[in-house]
Amino acid sequence: MNSKTESNFKVMTGNAAAAIGATLSRPDVVAAYPITPQTEIIEQLSKFHANGELDAEMITVEGENSAMNAVMAASLAGGRVFTATSSWGLVFMYDAVLAAAGARAPVVMVNVNRETPGIIAVSSGQQDMISTRDSGWIFLIAENCQEIIDTVITAYRLAEDYDIQVPVMVHYDGFYLSYLSEVVDVPTQENVDKFLSVLNDQPARTILTPGEQTGCGSHGILDGYVELRYKHCMAMERAKDKIDQIDKEFSNIFERSYGGQVEGYRLDDADVVLVGSGSMCGTIKTVIDDRRKKGLKVGLLKIRMYRPFPSEKLIKHLKGKKAIGVVDRSLAFGFKGGPMYTELKAFSEELEGSELISFIDGIANTDITKKNINKMIDMTCDLAEGKDVPEVTWVSYGPQQGGE
Amino acid sequence: MSLNKYFKTEGPWSDAKVELLCSDTGSWRSERPVVDEEKCILCGLCAIYCPIQIVKEQTDCFEADLTFCKGCGICAQECPAKAITMVSEGEFK
Repeated sequence: MNSKTESNFKVMTGNAAAAIGATLSRPDVVAAYPITPQTEIIEQLSKFHANGELDAEMITVEGENSAMNAVMAASLAGGRVFTATSSWGLVFMYDAVLAAAGARAPVVMVNVNRETPGIIAVSSGQQDMISTRDSGWIFLIAENCQEIIDTVITAYRLAEDYDIQVPVMVHYDGFYLSYLSEVVDVPTQENVDKFLSVLNDQPARTILTPGEQTGCGSHGILDGYVELRYKHCMAMERAKDKIDQIDKEFSNIFERSYGGQVEGYRLDDADVVLVGSGSMCGTIKTVIDDRRKKGLKVGLLKIRMYRPFPSEKLIKHLKGKKAIGVVDRSLAFGFKGGPMYTELKAFSEELEGSELISFIDGIANTDITKKNINKMIDMTCDLAEGKDVPEVTWVSYGPQQGGE
Repeated sequence: MSLNKYFKTEGPWSDAKVELLCSDTGSWRSERPVVDEEKCILCGLCAIYCPIQIVKEQTDCFEADLTFCKGCGICAQECPAKAITMVSEGEFK
């Protein structure tokens, strides 16, 4: 380890990493309600609050809807805020999630991905993320415990940036990461303060002030509504370059880099590529190393920023590849393929002939195993060779659906 | 359309001292409450019942602010003196 950065290695779960990342960011107000698999975050934050490490107002709320309303109001009053939820909790705060985005409140929330109401499943899946996809929040997805702590800290730079002012949701896979213990290089408080201090030099955003007649979220007259939505969409576009820039600044201080919107793994000379997100990417990278040893030019494109959709980066990195397999841990009801596959399909023309296929796997804790990934790579290679390959494969399901 | 026509800010912030961002809900109205000053007993129940709180006390009676009154008719329904009549907007054109 270099001498420039002081290192502090600790073994911790993904949830603990999220709680420490939030604490290091010095929030003014934390309001959250426990839900599996996020509960440990709240327990850790309560512990930090009790022992004086977290100097924040902790609001004990009776449910997630109140949690989001509390942090949104505190954010509009000028505070730095944090909350965390998962699955049913995210759905229970849905109206407030939309309101926070509409108010452009720079809330930072961790969502520990879990399957979503409809069928009760205490298991991993990104369906909760998909259920709030069009809420107007920025979505970041972390792959491992180190990336969780770093992404939570980064989320504040993005949400509170004067040019952005959009709430940020940090996603990571429940169970696979929430309870996985890994070595994490915990950033020092001094470095986090330095990294976030850029926000102090920006123009002050409008805040609620007692006694002042300033309001937020007023009844939008028709053209005013259009104006706000247009501004919001433009801010989402700006967030793409912004996270790339923030990632560089992060790297200057912490000497770790994630590539901003997307991360490429052995991608540049790859003929066939898998596109994925979250914890599955660790396994995919391992399989890619195995297959590379046997001479197969395969790579990974990891989606780190899912909203706004990093279309320009995806086109830049995927253009001209022989075949691309998109792995979704969620469903887009009404479309045969997964959500990320379906969205990437919209850029078929710009991808200049790169063929795309959809893999649905990892739903409700069905493990995305090395065997499964090898199968996906084989099928993507078949597609590259012009063989007849089904458009959509449910990798862990029955043979008729393309699985085992 | 100017990018900052209605809001100087990124979010939906408005300053009530300079400009109150509000909907012209009075334009939604098909009937308006007309108060008979002779019958009004100044009890103020209409002001209490008004869902959007725009009925204000005048010298001789209570009156709704027609910029905002949607014409729901609750004041007319609740008035114990039956001093309020809902009249079609067509009568005022």
